[in-house]
Amino acid sequence: MSLLDNFLIRAALAGLGVALAAAPLGCFVIWRRMAYFGDATSHAAILGVALALAVDLPIFGGVLLCCLLMATLVSGLTGRGHGSDTILGVAAHSALALGLVAVSLIPGIRIDLSSYLFGDILAVGRADLAVIWGGAALILGLLGWRWSRLLTATLNADLARAGGIDPGREERVLTFALALAVAVAIKVVGALLITALLLIPAAAARPFSRTPETMAMLAAGLGAAAALGGLRLSYLADTPAGPTVVATAAGIFAFSVSLAALRRRARRD
Amino acid sequence: MPRLPRERVVSLVEIEGLDVRLDGRPVLSRIDFRIDPGEIVTLVGPNGSGKTTLMRSVIGAIPSAAGRIRRRPGLRIGYVPQKLHVDTTLPLTVGRFLSLPVRIGAASTRAALEQAGAGALLERQMSELSGGQFQRVMLARALLARPELLILDEATQGLDQPGSAAFYRQIETIRDETGCAVLMVSHELHVVMAASDRVICLNGHVCCHGTPEHVSSAPEYRALFGTGTGGALALYRHDHDHRHDPDCAHAGGPGHDHPRAGTERTPG
Repeated sequence: MSLLDNFLIRAALAGLGVALAAAPLGCFVIWRRMAYFGDATSHAAILGVALALAVDLPIFGGVLLCCLLMATLVSGLTGRGHGSDTILGVAAHSALALGLVAVSLIPGIRIDLSSYLFGDILAVGRADLAVIWGGAALILGLLGWRWSRLLTATLNADLARAGGIDPGREERVLTFALALAVAVAIKVVGALLITALLLIPAAAARPFSRTPETMAMLAAGLGAAAALGGLRLSYLADTPAGPTVVATAAGIFAFSVSLAALRRRARRD
Repeated sequence: MPRLPRERVVSLVEIEGLDVRLDGRPVLSRIDFRIDPGEIVTLVGPNGSGKTTLMRSVIGAIPSAAGRIRRRPGLRIGYVPQKLHVDTTLPLTVGRFLSLPVRIGAASTRAALEQAGAGALLERQMSELSGGQFQRVMLARALLARPELLILDEATQGLDQPGSAAFYRQIETIRDETGCAVLMVSHELHVVMAASDRVICLNGHVCCHGTPEHVSSAPEYRALFGTGTGGALALYRHDHDHRHDPDCAHAGGPGHDHPRAGTERTPG
């Protein structure tokens, strides 16, 4: 497998895997207005890194565990009298701060925090690739398997119940998929920018979609384009890879929104 | 609608001694309630009287604190919720919406839309529908389940008077065609559909129930709703051989005293 010996090829494959899984999941994040929920979950990843280092667990496992705990905690706390944006704001920033403190407390290890905050896609190894593509396949499989149920529960909880669907269970499925996405993506774009990879391709796909399915597929395509294009740009301009990928996605979003506005105006005239 | 004799009928839903609490606050207490095949039952009651809660208990969306809810095994319920906000971030055509959660063939989709009076809306985006169009699409969706019980929670909210009247007519036609039972909440306290076989007046408990005429003259009903309307309950009635003039189809607002409204017709 000489192809995988090239770090740029590995980086491209890692970016592609994360983008393909993140984009359809990101559609649900947008439809359910869970952007801050995504932030709170992904910021807990740093706490997971600290935990993993402290007890000598694989980083992936620690991050997945912490993200799941945080997501469960936040969904438990919202809807109990506090405004959910308040809860999410408190949780997101506390998790990040606690994570940073916890990492500094681990004795004997000097780690490069920025690689966890902003990703280190060029350092992706073969084992990382396996984790990323395995996780991505799991997320896509999960979403595909429950697609109709997830959509119905997203549309309206009572409508779902009347159709024999437990909206709470579908919410837990999404929560799990989200935690998994964070654990998979932390190596690629880092804890601070994961939500961007979820949201931006999906948001860019929205104006050109008439059904949820087209939006999810278009988002996956745009996410993949952002990942590959961003990597290429970062190579050419010698800029950090993770942020460049997100910046490229932002560029695609700006282009999509402008195009949609132009199209609307053309239709009105 | 001819009703079968009680003893031969297995109720679709039977509720005995139901108590429901929401956040520890008692919302419903000691509710006895049943709905039989083919009958139209209307729930009326002031705001916060637990109408929606009772409906949601019937579909099984809320756990009960006490009492029993018995649904006939395999009961097919079609539910039209009080309001359903479709976020503009979610692209969804009417056709796709009707295929959630179960894929429906194009022919059945069209048939249901036609039956609900929304045949032209198939390709429209859900977030761009008007209130009346939206309710008809919701009705079409409920019909796709081939329901034995059709549940409508304030389905005419946001519709004007002719819109509501047309919607009620559609419901009655559907009941006559399919034989499904209908349970609905009306927020228009004074416009209880005359086609209702029974009206249940709710205020945390069942105040009174019976035929529309019976409830309208019941002292409990008058105690609840009497002040605003001079004790009048105007019944929306219609015959199939004439149409209401939309401008006249008002019903028992203040200043319209209907001393014996239960037996009188809404002007129209």
